[in-house]
Amino acid sequence: MATMVQAVRLALHVGETKLGVTDIFGEDVGPPLGGVFTATQGLRTAWNSPLDERGIVGAAMGLAMAGQKPVAEIQFCDYAFNTIDLLKLAGNTLWSSNGDWNVPLVLMTPVGAGIHGSLYHSHSLDAQATRIPGWKIVMPSNPRDAYGLMLSAIQDPNPVMVLIPKALMRVKAAGPDEMIPGEPDDARALGKMIDAPIGQREGWEPEWPETALEFVPIGAAKTVRRGEHVTVVTYGRMVGVAKRAADVLSREDIDVELIDLRSLHPYDWPAIAESVSRTGRAVFVNEDTEITNFGEHLIRRCVEELWDSLRAPPILEAGKHLPGVGLAEPLEAATIPGLGSVTDAIRRCVRQPDRRMGTSRPRRDFAFTWTGEAPVGPFDAYERAFRHR
Amino acid sequence: MHERMVEARSLEERLIRMQRGGDGYFWIGGPGEEAFNVALGLLAKKGQGLDHDYLHLHYRSSATLLAMGADPVDALRQMKSVATDPYSGGRNFCGHYSKREWNVAPITSPIEVQYATAIGTAIAQKRAGGEGITIVQGGDAGTAEGDFASCLVWASRPGFELPMLIIVTNNGWGISTPGHEQHGEQRIADRGKAFGIRTATIDGNDAESAYRGLEDAMRYVRRERKPFLLEAYVSRLYGHSSSSGSNYVESEIDCVTEIEKKLVARGLRTSDECDSLRNEYEQFLLEAAKTVSLEPKPEPASVWEHVFADRDIVGEGARKVPHDNRLWKAPSCTFPTTKASKNGNAS
Repeated sequence: MATMVQAVRLALHVGETKLGVTDIFGEDVGPPLGGVFTATQGLRTAWNSPLDERGIVGAAMGLAMAGQKPVAEIQFCDYAFNTIDLLKLAGNTLWSSNGDWNVPLVLMTPVGAGIHGSLYHSHSLDAQATRIPGWKIVMPSNPRDAYGLMLSAIQDPNPVMVLIPKALMRVKAAGPDEMIPGEPDDARALGKMIDAPIGQREGWEPEWPETALEFVPIGAAKTVRRGEHVTVVTYGRMVGVAKRAADVLSREDIDVELIDLRSLHPYDWPAIAESVSRTGRAVFVNEDTEITNFGEHLIRRCVEELWDSLRAPPILEAGKHLPGVGLAEPLEAATIPGLGSVTDAIRRCVRQPDRRMGTSRPRRDFAFTWTGEAPVGPFDAYERAFRHR
Repeated sequence: MHERMVEARSLEERLIRMQRGGDGYFWIGGPGEEAFNVALGLLAKKGQGLDHDYLHLHYRSSATLLAMGADPVDALRQMKSVATDPYSGGRNFCGHYSKREWNVAPITSPIEVQYATAIGTAIAQKRAGGEGITIVQGGDAGTAEGDFASCLVWASRPGFELPMLIIVTNNGWGISTPGHEQHGEQRIADRGKAFGIRTATIDGNDAESAYRGLEDAMRYVRRERKPFLLEAYVSRLYGHSSSSGSNYVESEIDCVTEIEKKLVARGLRTSDECDSLRNEYEQFLLEAAKTVSLEPKPEPASVWEHVFADRDIVGEGARKVPHDNRLWKAPSCTFPTTKASKNGNAS
């Protein structure tokens, strides 16, 4: 039973043995460490680059141009920000050259909070990544999807970004359906086969299990849970949080439909539209900062295209628009969505009066929103600050 | 070599005239760099794939493309941004070439990114062995960018030196900023020394020394599979771009005049022959520009082409809606009768 980081490693092994991957590189990606999260341990084509993110992205582009199949890693997405114009270049190369050159490269990078990574190991890249046309962007929520999405990313003829939720790296599959076909059932057995021993790594060779070529198509969402009352659209680490929220709410007779988007671009609009038209209510959850958030785009589209079927305003539950994620646990919890705030957002959405009823209900119906923990609306903090100035 | 230089100069001057005459939005190019750029194009090992040279050029490189055999009319098409522009389909400025068939990477407007992407083709060629090398070229001002440093660092890693010819064409200016106010180093080429990279500085205005300098540098890179940093002093005859007026700068050395003086002095050409060659190209390009201006503009819907390589879709995330404002109609002001409000209590 693989963890997500082992799943990525298994996919990269399949990539370099069956799908033509020529280079897996980045900072500390090669031996002896095999990546700061060990995602690249024991891989034949893994090598260490200089500490230079622009060089890494540039080299990946050049390798792709030279007919190679590179998988480059930015150690933390927090350090991808100084490569934005090269990412833009990778995204526009095919278009600007009128179809002459494509750059089939994979860029993988850990994203998101939840590991007490403070200001520079907690960023999300969703908004920035989806702002760069020409890229395909995927983000898995479990080991099997991480494996399948990585294989699809490797096979894709375009630049593909694989965003890996940091906090899920060490999380095992939740059940047999999240396991990679062909991997050993026993987590300890798999670890013995493919995890480098601590300390003594010289002469160590991994023993790779024969895993299936199972692709998760880019652009296809997965409905994790069927429900009638509200659609929750999320991805990455927030899928697990939303699942738990749905469990909590099922005890209140609230039936949540949960969509794991898996691909941020191209994204599965038909899946969202079908579900939201049916439930009439939508909550979008992610941990990126809320202003100019990718979820906002999805809300805009829901409002524009599904207006008639909406019973209540869609809600965005996202990270607070703050300059960083604080190190102390209460600060981190107050900044990014958690079980409490996600549950609350879904409950708030469900308890909104159905606007299609056509009656004007008293405003106090909205008082239902004030449940559980104190609402830390992103603007409340600002408003308080300005009011008392 | 002389003929290609004359062709390149005539092309740039035609492009400038087109831009001034409203047949293009912006001009940028390399008049003044012909001696060096033609030599580069003639010496490059032209073709596709690892055995040939990869060229990561900049927007002053039209002479290199012409020396490799490019059709000058295609450059006019890009200036006029017509659908027949083979390099960008009417999407990019003039001088922004792309030719996969000859390993010419798409030329970009940012002045330094090619130094980063060139690393990748050079890594592939290092591994492949053979004779193919990576050639990357930029201007002196762009060496202030981190990507130039990236290029030096990656090219010189001990035991994995890259077969890269790193070129800086130094025209002494960064738009309007004089180079001597910006560079503390005596010569930009000296920066290679700290990395153990072999370097040379040459007079890029002199066709013979440009050719010889490039030939020596290339021979070293091809055989040794190691980097070489070559700094060539060149002129900038018409300023930075149309944004700085694109007027002829009398005080700069003109490499075409220089080669013609030499040819005449050595009895290889008469000045009349030089003049008529120039006239021929000018006339040809004038006629070609007229033809090109009648060619169709790109279809608005072509903006959606080549977003992704696997198919011409942009994904569900972005819709194919006409972006032509003339097609946009003001929405009617009547309230839409929705199914919900008709049914009243529908839930």
